[in-house]
Amino acid sequence: MRVALFATCLVDTVAPQVAMATARLLERLGHEVVVPQGQACCGQMHVNTGYRREAVPIVANHVRAFAGAEVVVSPSGSCVASIHHQQATVARRAGETALADEAEALAERTYELSQFLVDVLGVTDVGAYYPHRVTYHPTCHSLRLLRVGDRPLTLLRAVRGLELVELPGAESCCGFGGTFSVKNADTSTAMLTDKMANVLSTHAEVCTAGDASCLMHIGGGLSRLRSGTRTVHLAEILASTEQSAHPTTPTDAVSPHQATRPAVPA
Amino acid sequence: MTTAPERTDPTPLAPGAPRSGTTFLGLPTAPRGVGHLRGERPFPDAARDALRDGQLRANLGHATTTIRKKRAAVVGEVPDWEALRQAGKALKTATMARLDEHLVELERRVGERGGTVHWARDAAEANEIVTRLVQATGSDEVVKVKSMATQEIGLNEALEAAGITAHETDLAELIVQLGDDAPSHILVPAIHKNRAEIREIFLRTMPQVDPDLTDEPRRLAMAARAHLRERFLRAKVAISGANFAVAETGTLAVVESEGNGRMCLTLPQTLITVMGIEKLVPTWRDLEVFLQLLPRSSTGERMNPYTSMWTGVTPGDGPQEFHLVLLDNGRTAVLADEVGREALHCIRCSACLNVCPVYERAGGHAYGSVYPGPIGAVLSPQLTGVEDNASLPYASSLCGACYDACPVAIDIPSILVHLRAEHVEAQEKTTPEGAAFTALATAMSHPRLWHLAQRAATLGRFLARGKPTLPAVLPPPASKWTRSRDLPAPPRETFTQQWAREHRR
Repeated sequence: MRVALFATCLVDTVAPQVAMATARLLERLGHEVVVPQGQACCGQMHVNTGYRREAVPIVANHVRAFAGAEVVVSPSGSCVASIHHQQATVARRAGETALADEAEALAERTYELSQFLVDVLGVTDVGAYYPHRVTYHPTCHSLRLLRVGDRPLTLLRAVRGLELVELPGAESCCGFGGTFSVKNADTSTAMLTDKMANVLSTHAEVCTAGDASCLMHIGGGLSRLRSGTRTVHLAEILASTEQSAHPTTPTDAVSPHQATRPAVPA
Repeated sequence: MTTAPERTDPTPLAPGAPRSGTTFLGLPTAPRGVGHLRGERPFPDAARDALRDGQLRANLGHATTTIRKKRAAVVGEVPDWEALRQAGKALKTATMARLDEHLVELERRVGERGGTVHWARDAAEANEIVTRLVQATGSDEVVKVKSMATQEIGLNEALEAAGITAHETDLAELIVQLGDDAPSHILVPAIHKNRAEIREIFLRTMPQVDPDLTDEPRRLAMAARAHLRERFLRAKVAISGANFAVAETGTLAVVESEGNGRMCLTLPQTLITVMGIEKLVPTWRDLEVFLQLLPRSSTGERMNPYTSMWTGVTPGDGPQEFHLVLLDNGRTAVLADEVGREALHCIRCSACLNVCPVYERAGGHAYGSVYPGPIGAVLSPQLTGVEDNASLPYASSLCGACYDACPVAIDIPSILVHLRAEHVEAQEKTTPEGAAFTALATAMSHPRLWHLAQRAATLGRFLARGKPTLPAVLPPPASKWTRSRDLPAPPRETFTQQWAREHRR
């Protein structure tokens, strides 16, 4: 299948290894990956902060960039949820009916990574190798907007060498919430603290999830505490194989760079 | 029918109301200076203090965890819960669409059964009506059933100003009243207090309390019982709210756990009920759905211990005089907003508070309104006009737990986002944030500009001076992030750049 990859603005700009891992994984599974160069953002941050009118040209750009794509895959539950639940609504509210219809049609062809693997490709064992103790945080929008359910866990259970440990209070929000993390920084930090306490209680080396934004939040907190636990995106774990595995360097220990055994060697 | 008192206080317009150019000036919102819908401080400031209160955090964490588990268990045992929830939503939607007709029917039915209906367009008018009704009985004290509507309008303060003492009889409301405190939860107003704190309040404020009172729940309940019994027996007037009013029969319903409500509803001569206009259901049969949804969602019980229903007056049995005050106080303005109106479907179960990670940590007082938590964050700003509660729509990480828990499926996250936009669009001058978002939107809709902006962002890696993270102290607004979390140093190259380089043909 020819898959158009939507990296998301955040991953593209600050966590490129997540998109690269997604691409490598899909290629390893025998699919052709294309990366439309006109892509930018789904518009979620604008909509969720109250700038729904300003979000309309962003939605238009997204629809333009992916026009003609057979399927779109993105390593983010949150952005895919925005594409499914917000894009057409803000376009329609602004009177852009044609854009709303196009956004709706594109949303129908847009999948979050774990949903694409399990539901569309029908794969649960992607042939990954990741010899680490890992705990999984189900991000709110994956869980409650997209209803990805246990698809990510099914994928993780099939990874060789991976020891999966259950995260207590898994379904509680990590406190990121986009601009909530700065507009309500104290409450956000209180939520993050409790999430980190639960992550650390598992003694996992790695906390994974399907959203780079939530991982940047949790990872940023763990890094500030100089914790040894790192955050690694689900795509990076699934992209890892025996060939790509190599020992981590000691400096990884405090890096939120999501770098335990990088799936994609630099 | 009553005449409206002079209105001197200009009130903000409802969200979405036309602002000028026509004679329609928008529907009135809840007036300033009366009632408890507005906080003194924005949510982030109030929350900052609350977060530092370790006792509060412990009390709230314990209480919400307990009630969440109870709710999950009793909801899980109902095989058709989702269908029931959708039925509740459909009933509410249909009722709101013809609310005016149902209200007139309710008025007629209550009148036919010997009750009197009063229409109050806002808090000031409702307080004035109730005060006048109490004064007409010659009584200088009333007993009260737990009621959110009377908390909303600040009725106790209004009565006090007229020399009338209001005794709260719900145990938690009593604790709050005796402690000179404010409620912090819709269902459990004293959720922020633990047993030891309650014992201290009772010892300090109850005139005839046993000085050896312990903090054993049974002993605390006995002390409250002795304190309240005397007041029930001598009260001539009771004031209640209502969970439901059935339009086709004129029946009012109060759902409770303790039985104190029933004492108030049956013992005094005069009963005055203050009810928000949205509490109405058209038919008796509709109660079938809501009386299943409410107790499981609120207290986590299959059925609540007391469901009291009354229709007008019955000669020789119960109150011989019954008044129903129908309260608007901004509700019609909420009804006018096609996205926000769903907030009026709320049956005040408080399930959304109990599952909310923000409420669990910041507590109810941080919201500044009698309606805290997720539902409060969408209801209060709509009742007052969003500019009077502008920080509340942002007091959520949009995690969606409230939507899942809501027994009538109110899409709270979507209303929060809608109200954020109403706030942004109400700004007459460009804010720094607005300018930044506009600039970012321009970049994000023009790929060439976007690539330039991304390249500029990757230059931020030089701030890290070779370290994996950026400095822990960055200037505002980045400081709001870096005070508690590290930021990774930006990469040398964006993903799309790297991809284009590798796939250049």
